[in-house]
Amino acid sequence: MALEMRLPVARKPLSESLGRESKKHLVVPGDTITTDTGFMRGHGTYMGEEKLIASVAGSVERVNKLICVKALKTRYNGEVGDIVVGRITEVQQKRWKVETNSRLDSVLLLSSMNLPGGELRRRSAEDELAMRGFLQEGDLISAEVQAVFSDGAVSLHTRSLKYGKLGQGVLVQVSPSLVKRQKTHFHDLPCGASVILGNNGFIWVYPTPEHKEDDAGGFIANLEPVSLADREVISRLWNCIVSLATQRMMLYDTSILYCYEASLPHQIKDILKPEIMEEIVMETRQRLLEQEG
Amino acid sequence: MASVALSEAEKVYIVHGVQEDLRVDGRGCDDYRCVEVETDVVSNTSGSARVKLGHTDILVGVKAEMGTPKLEKPNEGYLEFFVDCSASAAPEFEGRGGDDLGTEIANTLYRIFNNKSSIDLKSLCISPREHCWVLYVDVLLLECGGNLFDAISIAVKAALFNTRIPRVRVLEDEEGSKDIELSDDPYDCVQLSVENVPCIVTLCKIGYRHVVDATLQEEACSLASLLVSVTSKGVVTCVRKVGKGSLDPESIFEMLETGKRVGKVLHASLQSILHKEESLGPKRQKVGFLG
Repeated sequence: MALEMRLPVARKPLSESLGRESKKHLVVPGDTITTDTGFMRGHGTYMGEEKLIASVAGSVERVNKLICVKALKTRYNGEVGDIVVGRITEVQQKRWKVETNSRLDSVLLLSSMNLPGGELRRRSAEDELAMRGFLQEGDLISAEVQAVFSDGAVSLHTRSLKYGKLGQGVLVQVSPSLVKRQKTHFHDLPCGASVILGNNGFIWVYPTPEHKEDDAGGFIANLEPVSLADREVISRLWNCIVSLATQRMMLYDTSILYCYEASLPHQIKDILKPEIMEEIVMETRQRLLEQEG
Repeated sequence: MASVALSEAEKVYIVHGVQEDLRVDGRGCDDYRCVEVETDVVSNTSGSARVKLGHTDILVGVKAEMGTPKLEKPNEGYLEFFVDCSASAAPEFEGRGGDDLGTEIANTLYRIFNNKSSIDLKSLCISPREHCWVLYVDVLLLECGGNLFDAISIAVKAALFNTRIPRVRVLEDEEGSKDIELSDDPYDCVQLSVENVPCIVTLCKIGYRHVVDATLQEEACSLASLLVSVTSKGVVTCVRKVGKGSLDPESIFEMLETGKRVGKVLHASLQSILHKEESLGPKRQKVGFLG
């Protein structure tokens, strides 16, 4: 058995270990960003007393004439077309309430949900009574954002066969600002597992299914035991994603893969030890910089 | 206890993983998460400790005050426990929601200390039937990430190790009235011996096996758990079953054996880390809450 007790160590500021030349412009709510009125104001800013003031705590980003403040830690703000992973919290009449780490619960209407077998028909009263048979409280789903209501609540749909109820796997919850926007969020990693990077910060790691089941649409969960080799890959990936999130690195398929490869020399349970976590993430960062430059 | 909702498939994945001795974060069934211990974090207490076990964060403060001994034990001092589940640990602890869990933990702490050898209560007596030291142990739950009882018992032991009770003398003058004199030197203190203070090891039954140091997700998959309170020599002082499931007597025996084995290693690590921290002296760099 392994048990390690240690004394706490003060955290080093990140910029020291990175050796950055240009420091990021960090602001807190109420800070003045600039007094120059020629800029367009983006998210996270507002105009007050002839100056541009930040309304969230984060780093200032400038693209030509547009200034916006990207928040470090926020709740998920839905955009149409985002992929999210959510958990069903309530089953109501003709809709499900889904928790997606946003300010309000998201909504999945019965009419936005694919029927098993992919049939296309109007939903009847029997479908409404059988709602709990499709999705229960506690189930995890992957869905796409269809619309955003005026109060900020998000309406989801699972109108494609790649979305739907999720089976066996593990969930990692990170801050939504760490998930990089990409063309696709469903990745089959070469190490032997698959990952869904939800824009809302919920990341789902699961064993790659051997054959794509097109007809079931993900409703019949496969409850057979997952093999030990697959489990090791999934556990290692889980630890890597948690360490990347702790060190505030952007999460996308390349960074997760590089982190996985950097962690191979260590045992799976050692990855979460602070010094090994720093070493692995440092190596990942270097590799990503080499790849870009 | 703070609980997290899981889908059926997730629970099945966790249960099968435990059967194969590979948990979600790669640990085996007998492995603990990394523990961080720091003592002397609160300056206006007689002793304090903070323990971080994964996402579980516990702060314990011990205050020594003078009081009257209990009627049935006139030569001993005593300990009073109070557990506060703060609302920042879990949303359901808001208002009075955390009171039930707090009383349950406090009652468990009273039970594990309810024997002659855990702590030398006679050393807390100043003058029989009149004055004694009362140690008020306050536990604050800052964050709840599973395995509360273990973390709390480690923190209580570390805080008691860190407790410094001022040295007092009882002076008797000619008329027979007693006066209590506190020594002038603020560092002239008595340290308690915490060798026999027990620690709790929680064993959660998941499927056919039991795990040590369960996370919130693993606790949601387990129907029954056994809390075993073990001293550093491997002596079991208290056993308690929690949860709505049932336990087979054979599995209880196995869990007790695991608890004793794990408990001895836990005590050895805790003793070595506390001595290491003490050897760094008063000039050590304190990390505290803003580190």
